[in-house]
Amino acid sequence: MAEEEPIIEVTGLKNSFGDQVIHEDLNLAVRRGEILGVVGGSGTGKSVLMRSIIGLQRPDAGEITVFGESMVGRDEEEAKHVRRRWGVLFQGGALFSGLTVSENIQVPIKEFYPGLDQELLDEISVYKTAMSGLPVDAGAKYPSELSGGMRKRAGIARALALDPELLFLDEPTAGLDPIGAAAFDQLISELRHALGLTVFLITHDLDTLYAICDRVAVLADKKVVAVGTITELLALDHEWIQEYFRGPRGRAAANIAEREEADA
Amino acid sequence: MSVTTDISANLEGEQCVLRFSGSLTLLRVRRLSEQLNEITHEGIVVDLSEVERMDTVGAWLIHKLERDRGATITGATAEQQLLIDHVAAADQPVKIKRDYESPFQRVLGQMGASVMMAGRTLLGLLGFFGALMIAVWNIARRPRRFRLNAVTQQFEVVGVHALGIIGLMSFLVGIVIAQQGAVQLRQFGAEIYTINLVGRSALKELGVLMTAIMVAGRSGSAFAAQLGSMKLSEEVDAMRTIGVSPMEALVFPRVFSTVLMMPLLGFYAAVLAIVGGGLFCWVSLGIPPITFIQRTREVVPMTDLWQTLIKAPVFGLIISMAGCFQGLQVKGNAEEVGLRTTAAVVQGIFLVIVLDAFFAVFFTALGWT
Repeated sequence: MAEEEPIIEVTGLKNSFGDQVIHEDLNLAVRRGEILGVVGGSGTGKSVLMRSIIGLQRPDAGEITVFGESMVGRDEEEAKHVRRRWGVLFQGGALFSGLTVSENIQVPIKEFYPGLDQELLDEISVYKTAMSGLPVDAGAKYPSELSGGMRKRAGIARALALDPELLFLDEPTAGLDPIGAAAFDQLISELRHALGLTVFLITHDLDTLYAICDRVAVLADKKVVAVGTITELLALDHEWIQEYFRGPRGRAAANIAEREEADA
Repeated sequence: MSVTTDISANLEGEQCVLRFSGSLTLLRVRRLSEQLNEITHEGIVVDLSEVERMDTVGAWLIHKLERDRGATITGATAEQQLLIDHVAAADQPVKIKRDYESPFQRVLGQMGASVMMAGRTLLGLLGFFGALMIAVWNIARRPRRFRLNAVTQQFEVVGVHALGIIGLMSFLVGIVIAQQGAVQLRQFGAEIYTINLVGRSALKELGVLMTAIMVAGRSGSAFAAQLGSMKLSEEVDAMRTIGVSPMEALVFPRVFSTVLMMPLLGFYAAVLAIVGGGLFCWVSLGIPPITFIQRTREVVPMTDLWQTLIKAPVFGLIISMAGCFQGLQVKGNAEEVGLRTTAAVVQGIFLVIVLDAFFAVFFTALGWT
């Protein structure tokens, strides 16, 4: 797997807002089939990195390829066939407020595969709704009638609507209760096995990092300072990384992960 | 990606063996489900051993065969089986459609809801007025709680910044009134009465009414949007927990400054409308300005000005209260801010015009014709 061409490759990325430089000479490669966790302090540009990769933020410099195709400066229509192969979950869910949850899930399917009969669309939205852990009456509700956590789940259901090969998740477990967050971790890892998903996961949730991430990329000082498994990262002598994983929360998550491994 | 799915159906004894091959994905599912509908045999056995790629939609199709037609599945890899199990676990009776209502019922329901809404809004406004009066009383007792900075800032936003647009609008309206009036009055050779028309209508009605509409559009909507977004970001709640009354800190400065600015703006609008009318009379009817002014002084009674000055603060109160009230009603999402802003403007203008009619009757009864 290591020799295979990376599914996302970012080289020499530079992003800035006015005078404030967010990224400088940032490099990152995401391998096919892995779950890559992206961590970093607040304001280190994790979301900006994601937005650059999915083409919502035009970088000042650098090259980004997804599925082997360059994404910088592509117009929307041209990149459509790439877009259909990925799903994105935004931080707040970003559901369309004028549509019910099930209609939200159907939007990408209708857009990319027109002509499916409504019955099948309804069935698909039903099992996607249940799969993402929403209660049975949620499908007919509008986003404004849902709680924050439920909106997030609905967002996940929409991101998974097309059974994408690549999934971008921006803090998916933030705002979920611990039980919901654990169920979400499990959902992602199961789908990864079943569908061969590659996941680009921005998170602050140490439990998620230990539970499902194959590798973790650390954003600091305007670039990716290290990528590797958590064990590899722990061996590095970087102040922020040590503080992040060795702090009280990091240790607690590590202990739980260890215990779970022992049980298994 | 170029692999297509094929189904071959073979009758083997009692069983009908469906052999899927290629990719079983969303891309192919339309044709697949059509083909599957054509197969009517009982005792289906599904063979997945030649399937190369399957996604959840494919798994859903297989699961449906298993569920509805009692098909047995063979040849699935562990991953495919996992996917099918996953989809099967998610097969729950999720409600995705709203309950059906007949159109008659719906229209009736909407009418009822809007009547309730109107009643509740009126009551709410009344309650809001009460709360505002309490805030005024509190501020009057402890003048230190009067927020001079907030009030002067609102003076500027509501009053000074509106001068340009209200002036231009009134000036143009004055010209229009004079021009239209002159055309009609010329038929009777009574063009000189254009001065009466412009002077009286501008000072009595038009100036203050046009100003009220403009202030509702500029400031009423701004109040609703500002307070609405503050409500959304929980700023108002934070204020309350700290012990600052939103009524005193947010609503009072806005209402107070609008009430104070409206008479000034109304008078200014009336004067500019008269200037516009005068300009038209001079250019088009040949009435020199000095005559125009003299005649205006003769025909426009002082009571016309009193009417404007009495009505204007009331209109200001209504507009600013509707704006602040609607803003503080926002809850839920950003969409609500837009709806409430619209409601604030519509209600403000509507109430102003209703009240104007009352005022007209009232002043006539007073003999201020």
